[in-house]
Formats: sequence, structure tokens, C-alpha cells
Amino acid sequence: MARKVLVLGEVRDGSLRNVSFEAVAAGKTASEGGEVVGVLIGDSVSALASEMIHYGADRVVTVEDEKLKQYTPDGFSQALMAVIDSESPDGLIFGHTAMGKDLAPKIAAKLESGLISDVTSLEEAGGNLVFTRPIYSGKAFEKKIVTDGLLFATIRPNNIAPLEKDESRSGDVASVAAEIKDLRTIIKEVVRKASEGVDLSEAKVIIAGGRGVKSEEGFEPLKELASVLNGAVGASRGACDADYCDYSLQIGQTGKVVTPDLYIACGISGAIQHLAGMSNSKVIVAINKDPEANIFKVADYGIVGDLFEVVPLLTEEFKKLKVNA
Amino acid sequence: MNIYVLMKRTFDTEEKITISGGKINEDGAEFIINPYDEYAIEEAIQVRDANGGEVTVVSVGTEEAEKQLRTALAMGADKAVLINTEDDVENGDQFTTAKILSEFLKDKDADLIIAGNVAIDGGSGQVGPRVAEILGISYVTTITKLDINGSSATVVRDVEGDSEVIETSLPLLVTAQQGLNEPRYPSLPGIMKAKKKPLDELELDDLDLDEDDVEAKTKTIEIYMPPKKEAGKVLEGELEDQVKELVKLLHTEAKVV
Repeated sequence: MARKVLVLGEVRDGSLRNVSFEAVAAGKTASEGGEVVGVLIGDSVSALASEMIHYGADRVVTVEDEKLKQYTPDGFSQALMAVIDSESPDGLIFGHTAMGKDLAPKIAAKLESGLISDVTSLEEAGGNLVFTRPIYSGKAFEKKIVTDGLLFATIRPNNIAPLEKDESRSGDVASVAAEIKDLRTIIKEVVRKASEGVDLSEAKVIIAGGRGVKSEEGFEPLKELASVLNGAVGASRGACDADYCDYSLQIGQTGKVVTPDLYIACGISGAIQHLAGMSNSKVIVAINKDPEANIFKVADYGIVGDLFEVVPLLTEEFKKLKVNA
Repeated sequence: MNIYVLMKRTFDTEEKITISGGKINEDGAEFIINPYDEYAIEEAIQVRDANGGEVTVVSVGTEEAEKQLRTALAMGADKAVLINTEDDVENGDQFTTAKILSEFLKDKDADLIIAGNVAIDGGSGQVGPRVAEILGISYVTTITKLDINGSSATVVRDVEGDSEVIETSLPLLVTAQQGLNEPRYPSLPGIMKAKKKPLDELELDDLDLDEDDVEAKTKTIEIYMPPKKEAGKVLEGELEDQVKELVKLLHTEAKVV
């Protein structure tokens, strides 16, 4: 069934986040030969429209307003509802990001629709569009379908491959007028403390530390390795509970669930609650002094040794690799 | 202050998950208060202690959730309400739960509603914001700090590691992120007192809802386990050689760097 699917692009620091292109690819699958319409909301976003088209959107609709400079649920839902009213879509796809998680349920409640969150893949099967998503933080998976109304899903970053970029593609870019008013939540200040640039949920490489890092300073060698690999630093609950790092870095069933290409676990024993957050990473490396540590059971490669010896050596070795490449 | 907490009973985080007959096997499993809802309960108690008022903890589920509701009462909540859907709802989704909760809450004049930002089982994080929208009140998700001053509130929201300082006003729904507080353990006197605190049980009928009103919009057609991961290769030899080999394997075999 050909559908019209709206895909919400997400802008950060003036550029589109990667998950926007993954969402376009998901939208393409969901559209089943219909139309994929990119939606961009912000104070000045129309310059980014062509990139959504290069990645597979057929056309783009923008809503621009000074009050949309920062995301707020009221502002963005007013903008999006204006687009939904004018486009009458059959489907909606957002990224399962801080913004998507916050906004999608509000839109679903307004439309009295279902919403399938945190989707890792979707496919047409037996006349249905089937969405796969992790449950119990990835300890199991479920396949879901929409039984009534709009197809609405948020997709987890890093799981659905974007379509190949084609700069020769072109499409219509139009703006929709929306009255943005009565914002009930006002952002007074944004304190940036996220791991220098690379976000955990979108990182291709994650270097994570556990109790074995022993202190806040103990994270330094991990940070150096992360910077060489352009990755992000994460942590186990043990490390967070011991105050070696901020809770925002926690990976696990409580904390973030991540699926990078490469996960290097340093001094992490591998409690079930931690494994739930990272065991679906593509390649896992474990570094631990204890050869019996649980983490080795899920690791593709393991080194039994002291992380304070191994990690700096790894950093040097990766530096050499980069020079030679 | 009239404070409500939305609570879910979930599997313990240390439980292994198995499937039997196409469903998650619950036999012998330990159940707990969803960890993020524990932060919500703790925050509600602290807000009440500072501002006065009453904390009511609400759960949609089966009568088994009574145990977790009693725990919430033992922590210090004043009242608990179980909306028992065992006989009426077989396969609900987030639309279902949000509809039931908002129907219950609509005439309660809540000043503050606190929920966990996500349940560790289903993991969708939809119910809080959906309830706020249906009730027509504003919300802030994944909060790490809440300051209430009369009818206004200053909230710190975790946004993928960054923090937003947000000003808003009551009535308000917030969802708790880790780091919001340190949930207390129920004390022995708390446990004794909890036995005498009110725990009401309602069904859909009591909320003037029919099964049709809350019928799910989505359906689970299959539950399965991820392919079991084989234990990989533990390297051997001198540490420096191991490191060299690892980098080579990651580059040429796994091709991730």
C-alpha cells in the first residue's frame, strides 16, 4: 500500500543529525512506493532541506519561527500539527532521540494514534509493515504492527542504514505557516557537558569504563582512546554509583542502550544489567584483569590484563594505524 | 500539594529473560518497582515533605502490583491506587495505559504528576507525555532536578548528557531520570505503617471506560530472543603483542576501525 510518510529531521548545531537520514530510509520502506516528505522545524532550517532530499526524501516541508530556535514540546507540536493538518500523512517517523522520545508521545496522544518506539528495523511482511524493537533493554525483541490508524514510529539511531546520498536528486521545498504561541516550558539555559561532541546514542565507537577505572581520573586514558577513535566515553552502573563519572554516561538496563560498531569495555565485569545495554553492539572488546569476568562471554575479542596498561598501548597502536592509513 | 506518581511493576534488572509459548516467562521471576519510578516516588515524597500535601501512587496492572504499591507506601507515599485491568484488557499498549491513567486523573486536580522516564521492560517511554497531553498540562521528561516555588517550577532536564534548565508552572508532569535523587529503602516502621494506609482497587467500570475505549492501536505479533553470542577470542602472549594483534583484528577481520 503506497503511503505518504512524514519524516522529522533533527537539527543540532546547524546541521542535520545522522538519525534524520536513517529516518528517511525507514520512511522510504514504510512508504512502500508512496511519498517521503521531510519535515524541518526550527528558526532557520530551509538551507538543510536539500540534504534530506539527497538522502531520499521526495520533498521537504519547513516550519520556521524564532520561537522554534530551541526544541520545546509545545512549540514543536504546534509546528508539526500544522504540517500534519496540511499533509494528512499515512505515516510518521522520528528519531528515537531525546527530542523524538519527548515529542512523539505528545503527537500520538493528540492524534489518538498508536506509536511504536525505539524501532531497530522495519520490513514489509505478509501484507503488514512489521516493526522490530528491543524489549527488556535488548534481552529480547518484539515484532509489532499497527492495527488501527496512523503508522507512527521512532527509530533508534545507528540501526537502520541511510540510503546512499545522491546530490543530483532534487525536490520541492515549501514552508508551512504555524502559529507558535503560549509555550509553557521555557529553556533558560543549556549546560553542555556531553562527552565532547560525540553523543553516546549515535557514537560508532564507545569506550566504557567500570569499577576497574577506580577513580574519576581513571577515565582519562579512556577519554584519550575515545578521542583517537572519534568515539564517546560510557560507563557501567558500578562506575556511576561510585561517583567516578556522571550518570549521563551510564550504559545498561537503567541508563542508555547503545549499539555502536565497536564497544570497548574496560574494567567492566559484565553484570546482566550492563550487558542489556550494550550486548547488541556489533563488535565487543573486553579488557579485564579477571579472566572469569562475565564480560568475556559476550566479547568478540578479549585481553586479560590491567586496563591502565592495555588502554594506553591501544591508544598508541590506533594512532599508528591512523598515520599509516 | 496534590501529587500523583505513575508506577509500573517490572522484572528485576538482574533477571534473565526466557520465552515460553511465545511470551516472556514470568515463572519464578522477581518483580520490582520500575527503577525509574522509584526515583519518581522518592521525589514525590521529598516535594510533599517540603511543601505539604499528599502523595498518591497509581499503577495500572494486575493485583500482583499490590506488593510494589505497598512498598511505595512503605517508602512514605500516603495512598495507593491499583487500576486492575486483569479482566478487561488482554493486550493493551501505551495508548491503553495512558487513556486509563488520564481518565482516572482527570478530576483529581493534581498539581504535580511524576512518572519514570521509561519502564525497563517495554522501554517505550510514552505513557508520561501521553497522559500530560490528554490532561492538557505541560510536561518535562528525563529530569534530574526539580525545584518548586509556589506555582512555578524550575526543572533540569537531561538531554543526551547536556542539561537544560527549564522554567515552567504547575500543574506539571515530569518524568524521572537517573540522578534525580537517591531512593530510600522502606524503614521497618514505614513497612508497619504501610499496612494501614489506603490501597484502593478500581476497574475500568469504575472509570466509566469500556474495553473498546482503551483498545490498543498496536499489536505484538512475535517475541524472540536475540541470537546467542558466542564467546569470542581471548588473546594470548605478551601484552604488547596482544594489543598489536587486537588492533589488526579490529582493522582487518572485524573491519570496525
